[in-house]
Amino acid sequence: MKRILVGIKRVVDYNVRIRVKPDGSGVVTDGVKMSINPFDEIALEEALRIKERGGAEEVIVATVGPADTQPQLRNALAMGADRALLVQADGVIEPAVAARALLKLAEREQPSLVILGKQAIDDDNSQTGQMLAALWGRPQATFASKVELADGKARVTREVDAGLETLEVDLPAVITTDLRLNEPRYVKLPEIMKAKKKPLETLTLASLGVEARQRLKAVRFEPPPQRQKGIKVKDAAELIELLKKKGVLA
Amino acid sequence: MSTRILIVAEHDGTRLNPSTAKCVACARTIADADITVAVCAANAESVATQAAQLQGVARVLKVENAANEHPLAAVLAPQIVAVARGGYSLVLGPSTTFGKDLMPRVAALLDTVQVSDIMAAESATRFRRPIYAGNAIVTVEVEPGAQVVGTVRIASFEAAPAASSAAPIQSAQAQADIPTHTRFVSVSAARSDRPDLQTAARVISGGRALASAEGFQILYKLADKLGAAVGASRAAVDAGYAPNELQVGQTGKIIAPELYVAIGISGAIQHLTGIKDARTIVAINKDAEAPIFEVADIGLVGDLFQIIPEIEKLIGK
Repeated sequence: MKRILVGIKRVVDYNVRIRVKPDGSGVVTDGVKMSINPFDEIALEEALRIKERGGAEEVIVATVGPADTQPQLRNALAMGADRALLVQADGVIEPAVAARALLKLAEREQPSLVILGKQAIDDDNSQTGQMLAALWGRPQATFASKVELADGKARVTREVDAGLETLEVDLPAVITTDLRLNEPRYVKLPEIMKAKKKPLETLTLASLGVEARQRLKAVRFEPPPQRQKGIKVKDAAELIELLKKKGVLA
Repeated sequence: MSTRILIVAEHDGTRLNPSTAKCVACARTIADADITVAVCAANAESVATQAAQLQGVARVLKVENAANEHPLAAVLAPQIVAVARGGYSLVLGPSTTFGKDLMPRVAALLDTVQVSDIMAAESATRFRRPIYAGNAIVTVEVEPGAQVVGTVRIASFEAAPAASSAAPIQSAQAQADIPTHTRFVSVSAARSDRPDLQTAARVISGGRALASAEGFQILYKLADKLGAAVGASRAAVDAGYAPNELQVGQTGKIIAPELYVAIGISGAIQHLTGIKDARTIVAINKDAEAPIFEVADIGLVGDLFQIIPEIEKLIGK
């Protein structure tokens, strides 16, 4: 069976204004709205569209995270994923650990494609997909803005600094998604009801034989330096005059 | 004892990307850094010569292979791993799409930890990096003696200057199995005579308020007069007014120009994270309550279609 495995992460919702704890021990996440990482939602949408076009028979959504990630997995099932895998793990999960857990799932499920977001908007690491591809010994096509599948290959357009780059990769492969790949669908109420009956399997890092290594220690968290509040000018002439006075314009 | 640092050069086959000089600058902040730059290319001579001119570089390694014509992560990673196993404690690449794609693949193959977007290196094992779109800065540390792979946030460093004498260039033998499962097809190189957005001293950026691709053209006119690069907000790129490579922000380019002029950009957090390091930020927007004014040094409330021609007239030429 042709499967697509989609990796998702539960993150602080992107509309939440992040605050650093006064003691510098972390950022405030208590009582804060949590959501599926927006890039991962795009990854799931892409997998669903590929399935709807007949390019896959099953979409599996997987996460490595706390038991609290169940609502996000149910949400993913409501979007249209067929089943969900929760690799339960508490505390800090480094990208290398997530990648190793996803590798075990990929070996078990034998997907033709693994799709993930290009980065999680909390840690902004942008590592997991590439690390999975490396450990799996398979191609990677990161920052995808277009994906076409044919004859056991994927043709992927990537958003790179120079513009758009197109790669051809043999399947199975790992794709990470950029913003403009698609616009994720809204979930309708009947689907939320249906999603409650879809299978959600819980595993652990230990049951997959993955060590929960933490090699990077966060020593201190700080708010970023604030820019001083500027001034308003009344017209273009005053703007240019001020820029000249500051030495920004000659 | 010196700290051996390997920097993976970014280039287009002929020219060294300025991001490499930023990585060298980052590496130079580490005590007793012994810096090697690796140039992976089909023919590395010309790029290696440029890398050898950077102050702080002790030697340049040419890693040549016909497969290296295009920078494919799956092709380059095993070769860099072969070089990096030669006793380097830190392996750095730029936090550009090139480095973001490549370095995690290198880290996974080396079984090392990666530190992304290094904005300061306090030592070879302790770094500062932004998280949550730059809304928090975290200091991270690895065990002493551990090998680290990192990407360098290029907006945080001034490019390393030219050296008085060039570093030696050597050929490296990178024994590696190079996969054929990934093939380059094409790149839409939107080449222009304008300064490069990522390294330009001045940047003029436009947002949704430009209202169309035609509307966006007035920015190019102004940018040309100022010798500036052109950028765009996500909204402008999503709407098709500007190509993706102009996007500035958390998921686009992070820049640090002397002058940043945001025109018709409301200033979403994700955009602001890309411009926070600009020396002077100017915002022009008709909405006086737009969040962009919270970070702007100079704000001007008004209709951009009136203001831009006025500015053009005032700066003459």
